[in-house]
Amino acid sequence: MKKTAAQLREKAEDRYPELDAVLQRYKGRGGVLIKALQEAQALYGHLPRPLLIHIAYELDVPLSEIYSVVSFYSFFKTKASGRCHLEICSGTACYIQGMEDLLDYLAEELSLRPGGITADENFSLSTSNCMGVCSNAPVLKIEEELYSEMTTEKLQQLLKERATDDG
Amino acid sequence: MTDRLQRGGDVDEGQPRREDSPFYERQNRLVLRNCGVIPPKIDAYLENGGYEALTMALTTLTPEQVVAEITRSGLRGRGGGGFPTGKKWQAAREAPGQHKFVICNGDEGDPGAFMDRSIMEGDPHSILEGLILAAYAVGAVQGYIYVRAEYPLAVQRLEAAIAEARAAHFLGDNILERGFDFDLEIRIGAGAFVCGEETALLTSVEGSRGDPNPRPPFPVQKGAWGHPTVINNVETLANIPLILLNGSDWFNRIGSAGNSGTKVFALAGKVRHTGLVEVPLGTTLREIIFDIGGGLPSDKKFKAAQTGGPSGGCLTAEHLDLPLDYDSLEAVGSIIGSGGLIIMDEDTCMVDFARYFSDFNRQESCGKCTPCRIGTKRMLEILEKITSGQGEEEDLPRLESLAVLLKNASLCGLGRSAPNPVLSTLRHFREEYQAHIQEKRCPAGVCPALSRYYIQEEKCRACGLCARLCPAEAIFRDEEGEIYRIDAEKCMDCGRCLEECPFEAITGGKKRKKAVQR
Repeated sequence: MKKTAAQLREKAEDRYPELDAVLQRYKGRGGVLIKALQEAQALYGHLPRPLLIHIAYELDVPLSEIYSVVSFYSFFKTKASGRCHLEICSGTACYIQGMEDLLDYLAEELSLRPGGITADENFSLSTSNCMGVCSNAPVLKIEEELYSEMTTEKLQQLLKERATDDG
Repeated sequence: MTDRLQRGGDVDEGQPRREDSPFYERQNRLVLRNCGVIPPKIDAYLENGGYEALTMALTTLTPEQVVAEITRSGLRGRGGGGFPTGKKWQAAREAPGQHKFVICNGDEGDPGAFMDRSIMEGDPHSILEGLILAAYAVGAVQGYIYVRAEYPLAVQRLEAAIAEARAAHFLGDNILERGFDFDLEIRIGAGAFVCGEETALLTSVEGSRGDPNPRPPFPVQKGAWGHPTVINNVETLANIPLILLNGSDWFNRIGSAGNSGTKVFALAGKVRHTGLVEVPLGTTLREIIFDIGGGLPSDKKFKAAQTGGPSGGCLTAEHLDLPLDYDSLEAVGSIIGSGGLIIMDEDTCMVDFARYFSDFNRQESCGKCTPCRIGTKRMLEILEKITSGQGEEEDLPRLESLAVLLKNASLCGLGRSAPNPVLSTLRHFREEYQAHIQEKRCPAGVCPALSRYYIQEEKCRACGLCARLCPAEAIFRDEEGEIYRIDAEKCMDCGRCLEECPFEAITGGKKRKKAVQR
């Protein structure tokens, strides 16, 4: 039998008080789904299923439609990131300047691949299509901080610093 | 920003003046005139002639006159399409309907292009002014600026600029008391390349998946929520105030025939000075790479320049003196695109490069139409087959027929232009594909499976040094005794032979691409 968003929501333990204020503003307006999802992700870091069910209920949008949007845009994440999230640019200039060596290094040293997270949840990794900083290729981003002209040596150093910062 | 992005210059003599650097000296910075020069604030913008074009147009010109002036200027869309801006405005102006929209396309998705980011961050008011003028010209009451999520600073600066413009009555009701109402909202993309395509951008602005739709109807007839909508690129809009202030005759004197004005190129890759380069359309590739960019680092040989990102193609040494404009690039199988210009030297494998873009296009295909969804995947599979050493002779005609199919049958520009990087490398670097397929060799030493060491017959003098040095005893004298050969089975890739050969007859081995060399 088909479950409605309300029924699904009954099961969801989590409640999202911070988000409700945001959703109030968007209720009943058209064309706001992407904006609402962006604000939800800004609040909680990622969009787990119970959160999406909550949004579906509050905005009165079918859950399937929400998933169609979330899975379409690479910006939306349904899984949690590590304590330190590495974003490596895979744009053309970065590719030419050897960003693959950075990916190889992370795969070898930490068994970390794009979309993955380390077992200790310290690091997670994603690639980005182009950060628009092509002059400084290859580039890596941690939160809002940008690291230019990366080499495996610099990456090694950075990982060491970040591991101790967070540990 | 661009100042910091630009490398080189004489740091020893303290901060060099921008105009003294050869990188800037040869440029004609019109659109970028304020970027990195003034703060992105309304006061600074006003002091530098900002909103003068808007004030002049609203007080002395009718909307029709604004459209006519832009048409006369010959301005063409800077996002890649190259469609005449005036014509687009005219169509939207004439389209029936009370409610019209103007949208600024700031979804700069082409990897390797970053001029729009620079303008949005460094001179947001020039975009606002261009957009308000567009709205006045076509009769729109609401506008959107669609910015990609990867550019958070651009969003911040634009939001601040919109608030400032509203406070100064350049936005809102009854602008400059001329009875013209217009307001703006920012829409942030969420990381989908296809949203740069205008029909996909529209569905994304409406809050849905960014699926493209067939054209016609064109957005100027039926756009956002079914209303006539003009979609202009960031750089296009930043040109508008300049044209209205200085006149279309002035604009026509810059650039070449049918290609008036300047274009900003994002120079990156294997070139000494990287950064944004604004030059008149029709400037040659040689001037940009060698005079402005300072040539290639470590004096490696120029191999190719990629223009137009994943929808574009490559230019080779024979095109160095080609004027870069919409028409001449199209004639040689590439496009100007959004202006990304990636320079490659002999260490870049063109087959691998085509594979890179095919992979990009496959990932970014939205999946709505079958030719693009499956075609980009099949194209990538063939290229992966070739780069991994499994390529067959028939793979090249297969690639070509797939390319034609994609070009003809895809729904939107993404699929229609997806084969371009493949077709263009096939056209100019077919011998590299052949080396991968017939000789199972990657000449640039990039493809791991094909990067074996290899003795070039014509250079080998049969001195035998390599065979004596080889720790794996993998090098043997050819039966005819003229040259030596490497037994790939025994070779352990140590590279000793390559280093020691007095005649530099040995090539190959996987070169690590890393280490930014400049």
